[in-house]
Amino acid sequence: MASRPRTLYEKIWDAHVVETRDDGTSIIYIDRHLVHEVTSPQAFEALRMSGRKVRRPELTLAVPDHNLPTTARLDSAGHRLPIDDPQSAQQLAALERNAPEFGVHYIGATDVEQGIVHVVGPEQAFSLPGATIVCGDSHTACHGGIGALAFGIGTSEVEHVLATQTLLLKRSRTMEVAVEGDLGPGVTPKDLILHIIGVIGTAGGTGHVIEYRGKVFEDMSIEGRLTVCNMSIEGGARAGLVAPDEKTFAYLKGRPYAPKDEDWDKAVAWWKTLHTDTGAKFDKVVKINAADVQPTVTWGTSPEDVVPIGGVVPAPENFADPSKQDAARASLAYMGLEPGQKMAEVEVQNIFIGSCTNSRIEDLRAAAAVLKGRKKADNVKWAIVVPGSGLVKRQAEEEGLDKIFVEAGLEWREPGCSACLGMNPDKVPAGERCASTSNRNFVGRQGPGSRTHLVSPAMAAAAAVTGHLTDVRELMG
Amino acid sequence: MEPVREVTGRAIPFGRKNIDTDIIIPAHWLKTISREGLGKGAFEALREDPANIFDQDEFKGAPILIAGDNFGCGSSREHAAWALLDMGVKAVIAPSFSDIFSGNAFKNGILTVALPQEQVDRLLEVARTDPLTIDLETQTVTTPFQDRFTFEIDPFRKHCLIEGLDEVGLTLARDTAIAAYETHQAADMPWFAKGTGLAA
Repeated sequence: MASRPRTLYEKIWDAHVVETRDDGTSIIYIDRHLVHEVTSPQAFEALRMSGRKVRRPELTLAVPDHNLPTTARLDSAGHRLPIDDPQSAQQLAALERNAPEFGVHYIGATDVEQGIVHVVGPEQAFSLPGATIVCGDSHTACHGGIGALAFGIGTSEVEHVLATQTLLLKRSRTMEVAVEGDLGPGVTPKDLILHIIGVIGTAGGTGHVIEYRGKVFEDMSIEGRLTVCNMSIEGGARAGLVAPDEKTFAYLKGRPYAPKDEDWDKAVAWWKTLHTDTGAKFDKVVKINAADVQPTVTWGTSPEDVVPIGGVVPAPENFADPSKQDAARASLAYMGLEPGQKMAEVEVQNIFIGSCTNSRIEDLRAAAAVLKGRKKADNVKWAIVVPGSGLVKRQAEEEGLDKIFVEAGLEWREPGCSACLGMNPDKVPAGERCASTSNRNFVGRQGPGSRTHLVSPAMAAAAAVTGHLTDVRELMG
Repeated sequence: MEPVREVTGRAIPFGRKNIDTDIIIPAHWLKTISREGLGKGAFEALREDPANIFDQDEFKGAPILIAGDNFGCGSSREHAAWALLDMGVKAVIAPSFSDIFSGNAFKNGILTVALPQEQVDRLLEVARTDPLTIDLETQTVTTPFQDRFTFEIDPFRKHCLIEGLDEVGLTLARDTAIAAYETHQAADMPWFAKGTGLAA
């Protein structure tokens, strides 16, 4: 097997096969499992009902994120504030009970390490290169940014992993997304992944694991790679990967769960072999020219509905596929947009900077760089910045970013998923628009009737300043 | 899991493409700690329209749903499968499905039947007036009008569905192989084995 050139995905897969059945289904060992409050209660309950245990509790990490309010969690005396919504409180209480009962390490709602699972995993180095990582959340693809094979699973699979530390899987097909050249000024990893999804479509990667390759990704920060891999699922791919390199090792070294001493050296030696071999074949190849990527926004209700900020709302009849024409008409009606309308003239009333896609320190720095010394526009009624974790929040405060946001008229919140999916109180009102750094512009995603325009953190900041979607390059330098 | 061999009955001729799991079950329904009762929230936004297809008398409780390409894309929420089950859906026919949704459906005994668009179009037409039959054993979808379309299904999934097998139980029976893997991983890649134990 070692002689045949293999892709990065195949190398990680091969290292995790427990056994393969005659029908091609394999038992794959899972190295890391992240658990949050929304998709785990039924899995723990099923274990309890069948009298089953968690096989390897130390390989699972639990942290609440999806429906925690992002307002203050402690009162002035340091006592924990109750959660108003009884259902959210019940889900949180279930995780607080289940984790210790099954011996799983739990990061609590008021711990400084708390945050969005996909921010916490790499930040704690719980997520490691070459690992198989799963979580009951489709944005688990995110961890591919450090070279892990990471993907979202349903609650039955959460139960399966807890009980057996494995999953029954078939090998995926492989897809290379090769980006040539360099990104221009003001063009970020978020713009790149939106552009890629626009090219491949929301089902383009179905059945595939994507590997992002090319100098752009080699030059990209770890945060940027996490952003790109995060949205692989929006292109239909359950997982996305960037090969680990010196930057990855430097990012992870010394973090709480990173290997230590001899283990570290041994790990790095193996991680250095985790790249696609010369001559290895991908089942599908997509080539992208980085120079074609502009600051990008979405106009519709699918992440593939992208257009450069300098562009206009497309006319449905210009799509070749009749079903896409119908979908575009429905999207435009929902979004309240007219064909030919300039994207840069679309007014927004809400700004959301956060989510597992864009809530890391680099994202907050990019937004703050645009907002520094500026104020949000009067027509922007609600603008929140939600750091991805308590540690990101602390770092941002040490750098004074929180003050820049507050002085510009934005709210500085506690960590969590927040307005990305509107499970907690952070919602966009019906009929209003939001320039959002999150990952999905689905109908009702940010609250019933909400209208989402996906953008980068710098673009969200620019929209906050002008009150409409804006080419951030006009506000730079 | 209950064994699944055949699904017969009316099919909801829905037909829309790129139906994401947020449409199947919006996030506010995810605050439950149970798998039950989610049918009320299924397709909630679409059902605000009084003329919606799901609430038409002849399709209420129909065991089959016919959808467009890329059904179940987006969020991994298994609540989408639970919501469909709770509204009575035991099989979904579409040209294609998202990977995560089809896995979740299978684990809840919902058949996902992928057929070419032109066959789906024909079934959408028949479903307006007549029932369909999906036979898992022969991997066919038939109509009262001699239509007979065959579909592919992963042999392992077919076996589990027909026998009503519990996947966790099946894997637990492979304990010796899993333990052997753990032994060699602990030797070759000790850093993986430590997990959260490392920082203690």
